[in-house]
Amino acid sequence: MTAAAAGGAQRAVALGLTVDEYELIVARIGREPTEVELAMFSLLWSEHCSYKHSKPLLATLPTEGPRLVLGPGENAGAVDVGGGLAVAFKVESHNHPSAVEPFQGAATGVGGILRDIFAVGARPIAILDSLRFGEPTSERSRYLLDRAVAGIGHYGNSIGVPTVGGELYFEGPYEQNCLINAMCVGLIATERLIRSAASGPGNLLVLFGASTGRDGIGGASVLASAELGEGDEAKRPSVQIGDPFAEKKLMECSLDLLERGLLVALQDLGAAGLTSAACEMASKGEVGIDIDVACVPLREAGMEPFEIMVSESQERMLCVIEPDALDAVLAVCEHWETAAATIGEVTDSGLVRIFDGGQLVGEMPVAALVDECPVYELDPQPPERPLYAPPPRTIASEDPEQALLALLGSPNIADRRPLFEQYDAIVQSRTIRRPGAADAAVLALPPRGELTPGIAIAIDGNGRRVAADPYRGTIEVVLECAANLACVGAEPLGLTNCLNFGNPEKPHVAWQLCESVRGLGDACRALGIPVVGGNVSLYNEGAEGPIYPTPVVGLVGELPDVARAGRLGFRAEGDRIALAGVFAPEIRGSELARLGGTELPRGLPETDVARVAASQRAIRDAVRSGALSSAHDIAEGGLATALAECCLAGGLGAEVVLADTVKPLRALFGEAPGGFVVSGTDAALRELGERIQLAIIGSVSGSRLTIVAGEARIELSLELLREAHGALAALFA
Amino acid sequence: MGVVKARVLVRPKAGILDPQGAAVERALPALGFEGVRDVRVGRLIELDVADPARLGEMCERLLANPLIEDYEVLVERDGG
Amino acid sequence: MKFGVISFPGSCDDVDARLACARVGEAVALWHADHDLAGVDVVVIPGGFSYGDYLRAGAIARFAPIMTEVIEFAREGGRVMAICNGFQVCCEAGLLPGALLTNVGRRFVCRQVTLDLVNADTAFTRGLEPGERLSIPVKHTTGRYYAPPELLDRLEAAGQVVLRYAPGENPNGSLDDIAGVINEAGNVFGLMPHPEHAVDPLTGSSDGLGLFASLAASAVGAGV
Repeated sequence: MTAAAAGGAQRAVALGLTVDEYELIVARIGREPTEVELAMFSLLWSEHCSYKHSKPLLATLPTEGPRLVLGPGENAGAVDVGGGLAVAFKVESHNHPSAVEPFQGAATGVGGILRDIFAVGARPIAILDSLRFGEPTSERSRYLLDRAVAGIGHYGNSIGVPTVGGELYFEGPYEQNCLINAMCVGLIATERLIRSAASGPGNLLVLFGASTGRDGIGGASVLASAELGEGDEAKRPSVQIGDPFAEKKLMECSLDLLERGLLVALQDLGAAGLTSAACEMASKGEVGIDIDVACVPLREAGMEPFEIMVSESQERMLCVIEPDALDAVLAVCEHWETAAATIGEVTDSGLVRIFDGGQLVGEMPVAALVDECPVYELDPQPPERPLYAPPPRTIASEDPEQALLALLGSPNIADRRPLFEQYDAIVQSRTIRRPGAADAAVLALPPRGELTPGIAIAIDGNGRRVAADPYRGTIEVVLECAANLACVGAEPLGLTNCLNFGNPEKPHVAWQLCESVRGLGDACRALGIPVVGGNVSLYNEGAEGPIYPTPVVGLVGELPDVARAGRLGFRAEGDRIALAGVFAPEIRGSELARLGGTELPRGLPETDVARVAASQRAIRDAVRSGALSSAHDIAEGGLATALAECCLAGGLGAEVVLADTVKPLRALFGEAPGGFVVSGTDAALRELGERIQLAIIGSVSGSRLTIVAGEARIELSLELLREAHGALAALFA
Repeated sequence: MGVVKARVLVRPKAGILDPQGAAVERALPALGFEGVRDVRVGRLIELDVADPARLGEMCERLLANPLIEDYEVLVERDGG
Repeated sequence: MKFGVISFPGSCDDVDARLACARVGEAVALWHADHDLAGVDVVVIPGGFSYGDYLRAGAIARFAPIMTEVIEFAREGGRVMAICNGFQVCCEAGLLPGALLTNVGRRFVCRQVTLDLVNADTAFTRGLEPGERLSIPVKHTTGRYYAPPELLDRLEAAGQVVLRYAPGENPNGSLDDIAGVINEAGNVFGLMPHPEHAVDPLTGSSDGLGLFASLAASAVGAGV
């Protein structure tokens, strides 16, 4: 390597590329790259943009289905919900920026996923969030939680999109690497879905939205592709600042431009800013593009061409239009008080050419940037020794009453009301089931005849059980999410996923990733649910080691009549209560075991996925028929916790006797997929019992929860249960 | 006639509950700062004006809400 | 009855307000930059974050071109219903007494609350029973009603308090648990709760419908 080349390689490595990758670039373009070119390659060839460690794995996921109208590869996926309508949705992570600046990190995470949805032409109608932090005994984790929730609320509430669901977990391995995954769902007439492929040489490239500054420079390559260690304070300037007011105007402007048929293609600017937006549009359309950075509206003086190309300033969109449409486009932008500028044009050169005024400062084949990043084979090896320390022990007693109160008040189960009340859950007038009312959010679609159909949405992930068994644990994640939809009467139509893992270059993490994706694929195939898109977040790792392998999935489903949407709370005194479905509870790997400070089990029991799927279908049909008063799936904390949650949500007590008298603790607090607590008339439950395994275990009555299981007896007033369940309020005081 | 730099400080009127100020006042001792009282949180607006005489009117009409806020105008004078 | 719902940049509940008004009459959208009220009988200023709540909630929206028309309309007795951000805009514009401050809890609160109907003798509440309880959601960060002591006494004495949060339900620290007030002339009504989100049992309660229905049933034109 010459001295000049060595200097170039050094710069490349500082930007996150390897020496080998640098040499590939030099060979491909036939010379040393310019500053602009190196910056663009370093971003597009980063993990976050290129998926170079995960592409082959993701290709194994099922992406076909009869209701799929837009699959992976576009800004968001979409499914047909009937009546000429489609629902677009996607989940994305914003983990690394949030660990550095949680308010803006979470806020801009929401902003980014919103843009992905209206980039396909859909009006955003719902937001959900999956959050994971270290134990709440850590001041840092409490701080991150408080600021992240405030950031999500700030952005979602201001822009007028309801936050209708989510999940929150606290586990030690997330202490240094919190997880902020944001999901957005949008609604569109199917025929209006727009794609991002640029086309038509001579067509114009118009950038609209906020001006461009130095926000987030180096974000994708610096933050998302590297472990966080000491000195992260210095990364603070890389965090983007969000402005939901600007995005509200940008959103209305984008939807208006689409409504008027003025756009050939549309793309949002996210990670790697103008670089990725323009190059991906060109790549999909198999065309070239010319960009003049001197035409980009700037908010800071003296920006270099490479800075303009990699800036991650928020609230910007890029579109391709026919030259005749320019005046009309500018008029619409002005109406919505959104700045717009023509910054380039589509060519047939297959090249991306960057100009600064008259001067050419970068010229690369589009294919080299977008398609030719090397793909790396993972070297998966199961870990030889345990990767994670056992959780801290917080309960000592095996007394069932104490155990239930401890579970209800534990950070992963306690009432999330203090959190979700910070979110507007009702704007846009579609919300049928608000947070806390049911296991999934339910939103109304336009009425069809006598009935009002709806969609159900849930987001679920798991770290600890996936760490115990990446393959089976991931299958459980998908089953859990589908169970939540079944409880409101919805059939899943499509799945989006965010895979949050550690450093894939380490064999044990590679193994976690491979096994988890295998489980994800198998579960989706078994349930007949296509993957419509998603996101991968790697390198969530610090000096202490990796996070738990954490696949997070979002499901969207449909139900024919929202008037019959299920609820989780008991409803009527005298209703009978049943335990339904295949349920083989185990204490190993349960939340109770976690509170007892038990280390992770090695492996989880196998699940009969087909039988669980059949149970879910039966529950779904029973809810749809209106036969059940309530339905709630059994998750963390087992059956006793689920019963307490049904009592609290309904404001009614229950008297229950369990058949398993041999291992009462296991019957009360053991966990496994496939179990439901349902209530209704005796006749309704017996009818359900003809389709699936079902045992009537008690009745709704009074203002106490009484559970008898052999020698074990729990008898707690609603008041005591409520007091324990309200533990999270202290975190938001 | 050049451009004059001005700063407007807006603060909540005395007697009106300021929960932001209260929160800051509660947080400081936890960080080791004792003896802090009467914390009030307001807003700073910096602007370059051609006619500083109109700043009061700007405050009355837009920059502050006189029902609930007090304001203070500080103008940089050239040469002193 | 023709309702006009204003949209400012950043308004969020304008569509919801139009849907609610359309249940009892005709609902049209009014654009912030226009100087035309389209001959409506009632102006509705909806909830949201007009102009990003920059400077103070409602501080910039009150100067929007359409507000010149709204202020004139109100001066001549035209009926204005100001919801949440609308209430903030009207207080800033001097159309309603008092001001809305940051919630005592400092956080955004989205919650179904119970309201007491204090004054059933207004154009906005005549269809309801005095003392009736309404279940309506609130969702705001800046909803704490404030008026200096003398003004507060005058409002109470003059019956200008229309809605109060039921005991124990005050979500934001509003003085005297005030949730909604009317101006002296009785034609401008501001409230922090969102009645447009309480018009359909499918999405919650329908207790808010009565406010829109009262307006629709009231006489068109001047006079309250």
